[in-house]
Formats: sequence, C-alpha cells, structure tokens
Amino acid sequence: MEILGISSQALFGQVLIGFINGAFYAMLSLGLAVIFGLLNIVNFAHGAQYMLGAFVTWMLLNYLGINYWLALVLAPVCVGLFGAMLERTMLQRIYKLDHIYGLLLTFGVALLLEGGFRQQFGVSGMPYAIPRELQGGQNLGFMFLPNYRAWVIVASVVVCASTWFLIEKTRLGSYLRAATENPKLVQAFGVNVPMMITLTYAFGAGLSALAGVMAAPIYQVSPVMGSNIIIVVFAVVVIGGMGSISGAIVSGFALGLIEGLTKVFYPEASSTVIFVVMAIVLLVKPAGLFGRTA
Amino acid sequence: MLDVSKPVRLKVEGLNAYYGESHVLHGMNIEVGRGELVTLLGHNGAGKTSTLRAIMGLIRRNGSIRFDGDELARMPANRIARRGIGYVPEERGIFASLDTTENLLLPPVVKDGGMSIAEIHTLFPNLKERARSPGTKLSGGEQQMLAMARILRTGADFLLLDEVTEGLAPVIIEQIGVVIRLLKERGFTILLVEQNFPFAATVADRHYVVESGRVVDMVPNTALSNPDEVSRLHSYLGI
Ligand SMILES: Nc1ncnc2c1ncn2[C@@H]1O[C@H](COP(=O)(O)OP(=O)(O)O)[C@@H](O)[C@H]1O
Ligand SMILES: [Mg+2]
Repeated sequence: MEILGISSQALFGQVLIGFINGAFYAMLSLGLAVIFGLLNIVNFAHGAQYMLGAFVTWMLLNYLGINYWLALVLAPVCVGLFGAMLERTMLQRIYKLDHIYGLLLTFGVALLLEGGFRQQFGVSGMPYAIPRELQGGQNLGFMFLPNYRAWVIVASVVVCASTWFLIEKTRLGSYLRAATENPKLVQAFGVNVPMMITLTYAFGAGLSALAGVMAAPIYQVSPVMGSNIIIVVFAVVVIGGMGSISGAIVSGFALGLIEGLTKVFYPEASSTVIFVVMAIVLLVKPAGLFGRTA
Repeated sequence: MLDVSKPVRLKVEGLNAYYGESHVLHGMNIEVGRGELVTLLGHNGAGKTSTLRAIMGLIRRNGSIRFDGDELARMPANRIARRGIGYVPEERGIFASLDTTENLLLPPVVKDGGMSIAEIHTLFPNLKERARSPGTKLSGGEQQMLAMARILRTGADFLLLDEVTEGLAPVIIEQIGVVIRLLKERGFTILLVEQNFPFAATVADRHYVVESGRVVDMVPNTALSNPDEVSRLHSYLGI
C-alpha cells in the first residue's frame, strides 16, 4: 500500500516516531510551562534535569542493580530533591531581579551538570536495555509496534492528563493558578507560597526526570541528550503559549507528529519545521496558540 | 477615648512602611477594640491602603503591630492570615483563571466558625447564579461581593476592608452596608478604609484621619452629632 508514493510502513513508522518524540516534548514542555507560570523563570536547567533523570536510571541499574520500574519512581524523586535544593539555595535569591537572571542562572547550572557528566562519561552515550516485560512488539498489520514505544506513549499521555487534571481541576491546582496570577494575595490568605514555589520547581524537575527515565531505553543515555532536545522544547512552549498547561501538552504531541510527517514528505525540512511553525505562530498570535494575552 | 469595655485586638504603634526606597508610612498609631468597626479616612495617597498592606505583611515595614497579644511586624503574610485576619484588597484581587466558586473556595479556612456556602449564598445571591463564570466576567459589584464572601468562609474574625464601596452603584453600596452591619452584630472586628464618608458614618464606631502616612486625628462616630466635630472632619477630607 502506498500513499502519495510513500509506503505505508514508512509513513506509520515516522508517525510513531513523531508520537514518541511528541510524548517527550509534551512531558518536558509541561514542566517548563508550570515552572514559568509560577516562578517566572525560563528554566534552562530543564534539559539537564531530563539528562540527570536518564543518568540516575542508568547508574541505579549499573551501580546498584536497581531496575527500570524502581528507577521510574526513584529518579524523579532524586532529581526533584535536587530541584528543591537548587530553588532554595539559588533561585529564591533572584526572584526580585529581572527574569533574565533566572535564565542565566539555570543556564549556568545546565552547563555545569552537562560538563560534569561529559567529563566523567564522555559524549558517546551509553545504552540502557528495554526492561524485559516490555521487549518485543505487536504486529498491527499495517505496521510493527514495539511494546516499549507503546508504553511510552500511553504513560506520557497518562502523566500529562493527570498533571492537567491536578492543575486545572483540583483545589491544590487552584492555589497554583491563583499564585501564578497574584502570589502575594494568595500568601495573604494563609498559603505558604514560598514553600509552594519550591515544591512546584521540584515537581517540574521531577517531571523532566521522569521523561529522562522513559527516554533511557529509546535514546542513548548521554550528557548532551538534554541540550539536544531542550531547544525544540522551548519552541514547543512558545508555540503552545508560555505558561499554558494544555497548550504545552497539545503542541508537544502535535509538533512531534508534524516533525515525523515532515521526515516522510520533505526530509530536508524535518529538523527546522518546528522553528518555522514557531515563527509563524509568533507572527500571527504572539501569545502562542493557547496563551492568554496579558 | 477608646471604649474600655472592649479589649484591644489590634494595636499599631510607630508603624513605618516602604515601597522600595520610598518611605510612605511615618509612625502610624491605631487601636481597634474587639467588635469595633474603625475606619481610616483621608485623601488619595494618604497611606490608607499601605497601612492595611503593612499590617498584612505585604510591604516592608517596621514598628509594632500587636494583634491578640502577638507581634505581627516580623511575620510573613501567610502566618498573619492564619491568626484570623481576612483581607479584602482595594483592587479586589479576583483571579481570572478561577471561576466564581473556585475563587470563593480559594482562601484556606483559618479558624472555626466561618460561614457555610449556603449562608454566603443567602447573603450574596448573585454569587450562586454566577457560580461557574470566570471571576473576571463578574460585574464590579459582584467582584466586590466575591472578594468579601471568600474571606467570610475562612473563619477570620478580624477584617481589613479596603474601599469596598468604590465605584459601585448606590443599591450595591446599600447591600454591602447591610452585610457589614450584620458582621458587626456577629462580633466581627473591622478596620475599614473608606473615601465615601457618608457611608462610613452609617457603619463605624470611630474614624481615624490619615494624612501623609500619619494618623492626624481620631473622631468617634457619636461625636458627629456635634456640628463642630463634623466641620473639623470635613475640613480634613476637603468635603
Ligand atoms: N505599589 C506602590 N509603589 C510605590 N509607591 C506606592 C505604591 N502604592 C502606593 N504608593 C505610594 O504610597 C503612598 C500612599 O498610597 P496609598 O497607601 O495607596 O494611599 P491611599 O490608600 O490612602 O490612597 C502614595 O504616595 C502612593 O503614591
Ligand atoms: Mg487606597
């Protein structure tokens, strides 16, 4: 079967890769959006925290013999704690300054982390085996679907949907949304907003680490994996609308898919298509597709 | 001049407050007794809003703010609120990303004895009808009612109200007056900032006159039967 001269195998294969990339874009841009919303900081350390998640997973297995399923919990907790410490000891000192300082500080942290791991592990990247329970795949007739990839897509959809629900539909989420608008007033109602900010940053960092755990068996575990993906994720956040939760999720998946399809129909543009979309969105709707104009 | 039968709940002494380098309160002194309704009157820019912000811990301040025996001047805002102080800001502070009900339920309960939602809906029937509207789609009057209602839910029994009648139609002002008198009957202690002196005179026990970040005079509401006192007050306010 062929569509526009392209075999359906190739087409669905790229759609699947698009979905997988989209799953990571969505999880990462989601955390960035939450952090930007409340802290007003463009968290340049987000990619490094994703890389850290993958490395913790790799180290847990290779140094301590702790498997993927436990890493799924332990790595986000470790990186979340790291995030909480970073927020308490450094970010908290610069909220009064211009946003650019937050960007510079987190960028510096990202460089330090990446440099440290590069020193220790080199840049070539290390493999991480797919957990036994998820090896193999399903023949769907029109394509072969590896079980691990199906798991990543389902898990990321669940993670994104639960985060969306938590923020948009629960009482805790209403604190977060309100504090995003007017933190001082929320604090004047009796909410410990500084604590909430620390936990939110930790949550965002934990979310990126969770993406890192899921990425370990798909991409190579490498010190540069974060900086490779983070620029695209920033573009996704800008397209979705800075700070918009649903915008981050929807544009994450959509742009992964667009990227995958571009690879089929016009491969030369596949690495730039997201930035083209970003430029168009910024021209037509500067606040992003789902953004509120202030 | 303070009614001695009423123990002091709030005693502000030598309160200074600042926005960055700009020094806006210069040694404010205020006392509010239990169950009293005291107003801060004065021109625009006199420092009334800043006084409430300073008590609430929202701006940098020093001096003494004793509340029910505790010193608030070095506490962060969230701990001050937990003492049972409810704040209705001048700009109302309704959250755009929350609907009416979410706005109403936002402030955490800080004390027992807060009003139930049913009671709040009886006091402010509009809020029930608009339960699912985004907060900022409400009219000015509805936003003001929401800003007050959400505080009444929390059990706070000391209220800081900043210009709750500002820009509202006379019927709405009347409705808010009814609520404020009801709160007084229930024993709430209230510090009310007002520009609308005729309104203030219908609800208050005492008035402080604020000028350039200082309290320059205090007039009991009962003294307003004396024409001399009234003209003195009017001369401050330029009425
Ligand atoms: N956010 C702010 N930043 C700097 N100065 C302010 C701010 N808000 C008020 N001021 C200044 O503080 C003084 C007192 O203002 P305010 O407390 O709002 O007065 P009032 O409520 O009596 O009208 C004024 O000189 C005003 O210009
Ligand atoms: Mg004012």
